[in-house]
Amino acid sequence: MDVILQQLINGLSLGGIYALIALGYTMVYGIIELINFAHGDVYTLGTFFSLAVLTMLGVSGELHGWPLIWISLLTIAVAMLLCGITGVLIERLAYRRLRNAPRLAPLITAIGMSFILENIMQYWKGPSPIPFPQVFPNPSFHAGSVDIAAKQILVILLAVVMMVALQLFIYNTKLGKAMRATAQDRDAAQLMGININTTIALTFLIGSALAGAAGFVSGVYYGSTWFLNGFSAGLKAFTAAVLGGIGNLAGAMLGGFLIGLIEAMTTQFISDQWSNVVVFVVLVLVLIFRPSGLLGESVPNKV
Amino acid sequence: MKISPRMRTALIFAAAIVLPFAGHNGGFTNFLADAGAFVLLALGLNIVVGFAGLLDLGYAAFFAIGSYAFAMLASPQFGIHLPFWVVLFLASGIAAVFGILLGAPTLRLRGDYLAIVTLGFGEIVPQTFLNLTQWTGGPNGIGSLDQPTILVPNIGAHASAGLFTTYKFGFDPLPYYFMVLALIALAVWVASNLRNSRLGRAWMAIREDELAAAHMGINTTTAKLSAFALGASFSGLAGCALASKLQLVSPDQFGFNVSVYILAMLVLGGMGNIPGVIVGSLILSSLERFILPQATNFIHGLQIPGVDLSHVDLSNSRFMIYGVILVLMMLFRPEGLIPSGQRKAELHAADADDTAAAQEQELYSGAVH
Repeated sequence: MDVILQQLINGLSLGGIYALIALGYTMVYGIIELINFAHGDVYTLGTFFSLAVLTMLGVSGELHGWPLIWISLLTIAVAMLLCGITGVLIERLAYRRLRNAPRLAPLITAIGMSFILENIMQYWKGPSPIPFPQVFPNPSFHAGSVDIAAKQILVILLAVVMMVALQLFIYNTKLGKAMRATAQDRDAAQLMGININTTIALTFLIGSALAGAAGFVSGVYYGSTWFLNGFSAGLKAFTAAVLGGIGNLAGAMLGGFLIGLIEAMTTQFISDQWSNVVVFVVLVLVLIFRPSGLLGESVPNKV
Repeated sequence: MKISPRMRTALIFAAAIVLPFAGHNGGFTNFLADAGAFVLLALGLNIVVGFAGLLDLGYAAFFAIGSYAFAMLASPQFGIHLPFWVVLFLASGIAAVFGILLGAPTLRLRGDYLAIVTLGFGEIVPQTFLNLTQWTGGPNGIGSLDQPTILVPNIGAHASAGLFTTYKFGFDPLPYYFMVLALIALAVWVASNLRNSRLGRAWMAIREDELAAAHMGINTTTAKLSAFALGASFSGLAGCALASKLQLVSPDQFGFNVSVYILAMLVLGGMGNIPGVIVGSLILSSLERFILPQATNFIHGLQIPGVDLSHVDLSNSRFMIYGVILVLMMLFRPEGLIPSGQRKAELHAADADDTAAAQEQELYSGAVH
């Protein structure tokens, strides 16, 4: 029982990272129906940017008290900003021209962008795993025989805070309304005076910024990264988005936590080697039997 | 003199037969044999992606299944040593069966979901081969695979050996090259006949509009599954050829990179067009083998004061180059370098409509004046 509780905690914190990435997938898919394959690499870029900020500030070990809070906030803000800009640039350079092209053209372009980003990161930091400074002191809280690390609380908390902020933004601001309108019917939204290009760019900005935040958290959580990190994390986060119902924000969050739990339980009860296989099997099963996901609505084929 | 397409194909194959003798050493022949195997893979993926329009991002999985099937049936791994030519077609058949098995669940999926599911299969299959250590040798793979043999007329010294004698391919790349060339000829023949068949037209109808195709009475299930099966069977052939030449299969030969590499060949050359696909495949193979090392040497030779270029190695950038190819081709020339006329028309249908509309408008404005 304790083992299950322990893996529940581990799974939820893993899931927090996947949930943050999944939000970006689901927002972009919701608005332009594109699986933004490069999104996982934007997430890895987030870790790289965070590392660069920490290096610049000369941080290489544990921090305490106020410096911990200020430096974390600064790092996360810079990572979010730079990742957001990267996302907007990718949309502007590659996807915008293909908005009315056959569906598969932007997807192939996105795969190309993913390869380009991975290679840039390989140039930047080399092909081997890179250590990430352990800025968070690591006291564990003991609840019975279950250990909860401080960074696990950070991950879950951050994911929930971002999620709530995003919900508030989408449902309570004018820009959020514009995003919802564009997702529903792009042409009609344009006729209502919504600037489509700005709205889509904003979607990429927010989605990529969330991936940047996830990148920082993942550096803190795993203590290392490497240039190909985003491939499998991206695929798992996409699975999470599909599992929750693509286009649905709450669904992405739910899916993220579920995928984290599935991964943690597989690692515990089957073996570490099979966790990727199990996640992909889940993806395949969901797409086949319930392509609309847990919280999504089913969309009939458009003629 | 006008050369018929059939004649042209024959001439190209004749040139391909003498090509290895133009090289100075075995290295060139070795390159040709490997490049040929990738042409075979590109031709197979072309059936799925180019003809039927099903974006398969896990094609390397079938390549892996074909290779491992060969490795298990013709190596000391289980002590099974079936004759090479039997295994060649057996492995191709096994790959085809898996093409159907993995294709079946994706039938109802829309284009981009199908791409992701096939990508998932592409990850699951090599990972499974990696994890099932007791059967597949795990990360080390399976080695000492059987080499192909053929019967040749006995013109050697040993008169006692009989009328025919077995010739073992050994480690010389030349016989492998000829084998791959023969397989490419077979693949080109099969693919071009299929394209003009009832099935080929069904694939193209599905590619253009699946819903309309289904309503015109095309059995989309059969058509899609046969595309997956045939595409996979080609990769089985390529898998046997490469594995027997390398004498080894291991799970790291079949990653997502390989699937995208083959896809980039199609995108570069021209999806759906057989000559285009072959050219695209040869361009990328030579890029990797000749152009990048040459360019690296050239950069190392540059004397720019204050800039140290000695650590530049363009071969590390090949995935960057594939990425750039995918992006630029999709943005500026989605039909590929050597497109088929039909595909070009499809992709530029919007432009054509615009032109037609403009002409119409001109016509009307002319009438008013």
